Amino acid sequence: MTTLETYATLAEAARAMAGGQSAAAYLGGGTIVMREVNAGTAPSRIVRTTDPVLSEIRLSGDTVSIGAGVTMAQVLAHRDLGFLHPVARLIGGPQVRNMGTVGGNLFAAHPYGDFAVALIALGARAHLVGQGARGVEDLMRDRSRPPLVAAVEFARPRQGTFGFLKVSRVKPKGVSVLSIAALIPRDGGRCRGVRVAYGAMGPAPMRGAGAERALEGQMFDAATIARAATQAAEGLDPPTDALATAWYRREVAGVHLRRLLERMERTP
Amino acid sequence: MKTPVTLTLNGAERAAFADPGQNLLEFLRRGVGDLSPKYGCGQGTCGACTVRMNGQTVLSCLVLAEMAQGATIETAAGLATPAMHPLQTAFMDHFAAQCGYCTPGMLVSAKALLDRNATPTRDEVIEAISGNLCRCTGYEPIIAAILSVAQGRIRA
Repeated sequence: MTTLETYATLAEAARAMAGGQSAAAYLGGGTIVMREVNAGTAPSRIVRTTDPVLSEIRLSGDTVSIGAGVTMAQVLAHRDLGFLHPVARLIGGPQVRNMGTVGGNLFAAHPYGDFAVALIALGARAHLVGQGARGVEDLMRDRSRPPLVAAVEFARPRQGTFGFLKVSRVKPKGVSVLSIAALIPRDGGRCRGVRVAYGAMGPAPMRGAGAERALEGQMFDAATIARAATQAAEGLDPPTDALATAWYRREVAGVHLRRLLERMERTP
Repeated sequence: MKTPVTLTLNGAERAAFADPGQNLLEFLRRGVGDLSPKYGCGQGTCGACTVRMNGQTVLSCLVLAEMAQGATIETAAGLATPAMHPLQTAFMDHFAAQCGYCTPGMLVSAKALLDRNATPTRDEVIEAISGNLCRCTGYEPIIAAILSVAQGRIRA
């Protein structure tokens, strides 16, 4: 038996999640929790909020803040979030993009979560209800007891410094064999503050330390890109699933990283 | 405990009681008797349950019925008013329905596309129905049917 509790504010929803007699699941866009409801495996209490703050997109100066309840379709409809359109466009099909949210994508199980991959590369922080802020990357390390996220916030990337690539077997709607997001700011021609993130290359979206080391402080050229490609899968332990084996994912990670970096290098 | 839910379905106000945890698809089929949206996967993968909720296509199996309180819902059953919608005629003309299970969802996605883009390209049609799986007809006749309606509009 599943009962729905609706609260006017995020704070009330957070209190309801923490309290209560039995476990509760937080319902955002429904694309994750409703699968459990339909399968009869959801907790007995479903908590949601109609707090309008969840659907806010705010841009002030260089800071971008996206409410956790903003859907992929709303990201795609926002002109100033153009750098995120190639990410949002490749998540689910049209119906899922109308429902699935930025906050929910942070907790989508493998092989989902491509938006979280982009947020990690952007160095985004998640504002948690009543618990301050945490890096999205840090949030990915333990998703078993997810906190309630109000919004994600990051510095808007300079033109041409952010890139995203998703590899799937079925097009236009297919889940990730792997996905890669890269933030490559340049200072005097050299890469400074590089962040590379992968999806479907581990239990959750994560950074690619090998690629970052190969790029950081170097000129963004063919030789650097080639070195980054050879170190693309370093330290990663990708899963084997119906889409690809761990071996295959490790083998092709460098190929796809090189393609993404070459595309970014060609279009500064 | 059952919850009363009132919504506008294809232009008419309808009300019924929703069971706890009941999804919108079940509510539409069992509660108010619209059998056009189909139950496929129950996971949001197949698109057979696609309906429009307040104008947007959603997977009705992933919406709690209680959350559709006050919403405007459009399903494939509302397309014929009472004459066949051009999309329905085109699906027949192009043999775009074999077993027919995906067809109501396909029609809802196609209608949503044509409402916002009267003359889509082939790629835009493919993108618009990418959330709807068809396992027997094949996508070509479906794409051709939707494009034929769009091209009919260009000529008109």
